[in-house]
Amino acid sequence: MNIQIKRYFYGDIPEENTGGGNAGKKEQPGSVTWPLWEVFIRSKQGLDHKHVGSLHATDAKMAIENARDVYTRRMEGISIWVVESQYIHASNPDDAEAFYEPANDKVYRHPTFYDLPDEVKHM
Amino acid sequence: MNQQTIFDYTIHLADNALVIAQRNSEWCGHGPVLEQDIALTNISLDLLGQARSLYQYAASIRNKMNGNDQATEDTLAYLRDAREFRNCLLMELPNGDWGQTILRQFFFSVYQYNLYQYLQRSSDNTLSAIAEKSLKEVTYHQRWSSEWVIRLGDGTEESHRRMQNAVHELWMFTGELTTPAGYELEAARENIGVDPASLKAAWSQTIAEVFQEATLDVPATGWMQTGGKEGRHTEHLGYILAEMQFLQRTYPDSKW
Repeated sequence: MNIQIKRYFYGDIPEENTGGGNAGKKEQPGSVTWPLWEVFIRSKQGLDHKHVGSLHATDAKMAIENARDVYTRRMEGISIWVVESQYIHASNPDDAEAFYEPANDKVYRHPTFYDLPDEVKHM
Repeated sequence: MNQQTIFDYTIHLADNALVIAQRNSEWCGHGPVLEQDIALTNISLDLLGQARSLYQYAASIRNKMNGNDQATEDTLAYLRDAREFRNCLLMELPNGDWGQTILRQFFFSVYQYNLYQYLQRSSDNTLSAIAEKSLKEVTYHQRWSSEWVIRLGDGTEESHRRMQNAVHELWMFTGELTTPAGYELEAARENIGVDPASLKAAWSQTIAEVFQEATLDVPATGWMQTGGKEGRHTEHLGYILAEMQFLQRTYPDSKW
């Protein structure tokens, strides 16, 4: 059986490939139609969960177990979050110009234009 | 304590783990979906790791008994013939379909889970340490395999039928798990090992609970096939060893 699992990166998931809710999708005979899930792993206490990839599973329980098997084999984490990819709404790459470029010449938004007193530590 | 008994007992535990690990590994690259392919391969590697620890210990015992032997984990795994293997017959049976492989793993994981709980308290420090470490792995194996027995048993008409067929196929090989061999009884008397008969109630209860949720029938206890623990195996073990041992027997001591 040929199963192709594509890996999309955060913010880059084409709307028609977001897994789940297969309504309106063509189902090929023999193909796996399990929903796609995004996996987030926290590597240690105090850090935040980071997106590590995606996988297929029929429900949340299976998604967490699959994530354990696929993404924590080499001691990558101590906590797993999964969320069905269809519930992630991504910005459109076509909007990149309007969204991100205006920030290019706003250097004054960086907090670097004042002198730090010597007494202030850990900055 | 008779060293030969500890050796036999340890070898039996190791052979169980190695043979089912080898069987499961046949699925590598052929699993029904990528995630489950990896899951089963992980389990396979866990069991191979357990087998290694046990073979290393068995080799040290054998070398103590006979200094000329120079046994290692590799000589025990690769240079013994089928008659010397002490694994239960269940481990060496062909994989069948995915359901049958899952079910075999489930039967074995429930058994291992109960066994290692007691073996943790073994008066033999090495065996208790191996049991303690392995128990964490086996806890997950049991969880994973029971999930799948339930999903498939209580799944579609086809998956239910396949699971029920697998139950009928494997059932007569489950009795051997909890039927003690001589070295197990002796090891249990010395508090080194566990009398597997004492695990039977707990094993049956878990099986019954999971089967009920999976809508599978537990077969009436009938005649059970035994022999593997004494080295009398099905014809399948020879083929497994032929594949597994080929390299070391054809090119002795080769490494890569």
